[in-house]
Amino acid sequence: MTFRQPGWLLVLPATLAVAMFLGIPVFDTFSTTFTDSTGFLSNYEKFFTSRFRRAVLWRTTEIALITMIASLLIGFATAYVVSRAPKKLKSLLIIIAVFPLLTGVVVRSFAWLVILGKNGILNQILLSVGVIAEPLSMLYTEGAVIVAMVYLFVPLMILTIVGVLEGIPEDLLQASASLGATPFATFWQVVFPLAMPGLIVGAVLVFTGSFTSYATPQLLGGEQQMMMGTFLRQRAMVTFDWTGASTIAAIMTVVTIIIVLAMGRVARRLNPAAV
Amino acid sequence: MHTRPHPFLIGFACLVFFFLLAPLVIIIGASVSDTTFLTFPPQGLTLHWYENIFEVSAFKRTMVTSFILAVTGTSLSLIVGIPAAYALNRYRVQLPSFLSTVFVLPILVPEIVLGFSLMKTVTTAMGFPIFVSLVIGHALLVLPYCVRVVSAALASFDFSIEEAAVSLGCPRWKAFFIIVLPNVRAGVIAAFILALITSINDVSISLFLTGPGISTLPIQLLAHMEQFFDPTIASVSVLLMLVTVGVMAVVELTLGLTFLTK
Repeated sequence: MTFRQPGWLLVLPATLAVAMFLGIPVFDTFSTTFTDSTGFLSNYEKFFTSRFRRAVLWRTTEIALITMIASLLIGFATAYVVSRAPKKLKSLLIIIAVFPLLTGVVVRSFAWLVILGKNGILNQILLSVGVIAEPLSMLYTEGAVIVAMVYLFVPLMILTIVGVLEGIPEDLLQASASLGATPFATFWQVVFPLAMPGLIVGAVLVFTGSFTSYATPQLLGGEQQMMMGTFLRQRAMVTFDWTGASTIAAIMTVVTIIIVLAMGRVARRLNPAAV
Repeated sequence: MHTRPHPFLIGFACLVFFFLLAPLVIIIGASVSDTTFLTFPPQGLTLHWYENIFEVSAFKRTMVTSFILAVTGTSLSLIVGIPAAYALNRYRVQLPSFLSTVFVLPILVPEIVLGFSLMKTVTTAMGFPIFVSLVIGHALLVLPYCVRVVSAALASFDFSIEEAAVSLGCPRWKAFFIIVLPNVRAGVIAAFILALITSINDVSISLFLTGPGISTLPIQLLAHMEQFFDPTIASVSVLLMLVTVGVMAVVELTLGLTFLTK
């Protein structure tokens, strides 16, 4: 079997590329945050003692959490219906879910700019129905960012969960029903636990995706609703405070890695067989 | 046979699918409106805003840049990604397991962090030209997709066919090109096209790497939106949606769209 070691040679170019263009630059970003003359951690001290920066971090976490929970609820319910649909309809529904997923984030956020703007469609409808007398300012609010983010991530959640639900054998549901379980009990006691790994993967993808997003908060949140991504960009390209930007980058990366590792651990505990 | 979901759930799912499509339909409507501002439902019908795309030189230029960038970055990524995916499947037992994690790293590091770090190290400190930095960034961005999709195709490949060719005297490198590669062609095409669309749509990496004179289409769109609010943006968006339709058709013909739920 073993000739020389061709396996190593074949993975080498890709590994080197990742080491050189991801490893070194990101390591450099991290290390500059620790080289402040006033102390090892003083950049982080600066970050966490600033009321404004804490507010940005908190807002980002809050928006990411709400987006994650809303996408989970909407995605699970929808994915359940999709997975039970007849074959032809199921393919069509998957196509409809994939389409927005492959359409760029700028285009999808732009749509909400048109809907939620001062002269936007929603305001026009509300005015013509007579619910409001004057157009509402919906842009540049936390709500606008959340709605657009949920719109961004629901397709991803649907596809992830459909994937898991498809893997649940039909026999299990029939067995559950024939043993006298109500559809509701079957759902909670059979489908839900088996779908758990998919729910966790989806939750991680959505949380980290919204935590590190840029285009959506930039377009729909603006300066008023600054999030970590837009804050990083502002520090780096407007005020040229690269150390400050690096600190933000380090915090974003650490949060992402912690969430991924923690969710992986939860997934293993809930379903040891799935790993 | 099939346990049907509760009617309430079905109604809810219908609403969700409406919610998924409506914004995109609104963009299409707004792009043909005969007004100088964005509105829906469209007032009048015109294709003027589509002509305008090609009159605004910034859109024309960035469209070309985005396309060349996507093709270059994706090709580079496949050139290093295919051998890696092959080795990870073929020599699974001999390679340490952490190696497969290496190619997931670009997912663990947020894109925006990678873009910022590349700007500092590659563009500023190492002095790489802007376009080269963009290619590097985009190649890294799509590497995980390339390795994953090609790996998925290789996972169902029977390596004993390759062994047979080799034991009959075919050189190893030749066996790879005439036996392995044609058998995973669908996976490679799907990886290419998915990576292409990921690269074309990217904002977070290009954000820091675009410079004077060189920009990508999404970055140009973002900049345009902050200044103007005319239907040209909508027509460019529709053009991008057409690209998406093309991508979906290719994926459906190669791996099948249900592949994306795996």
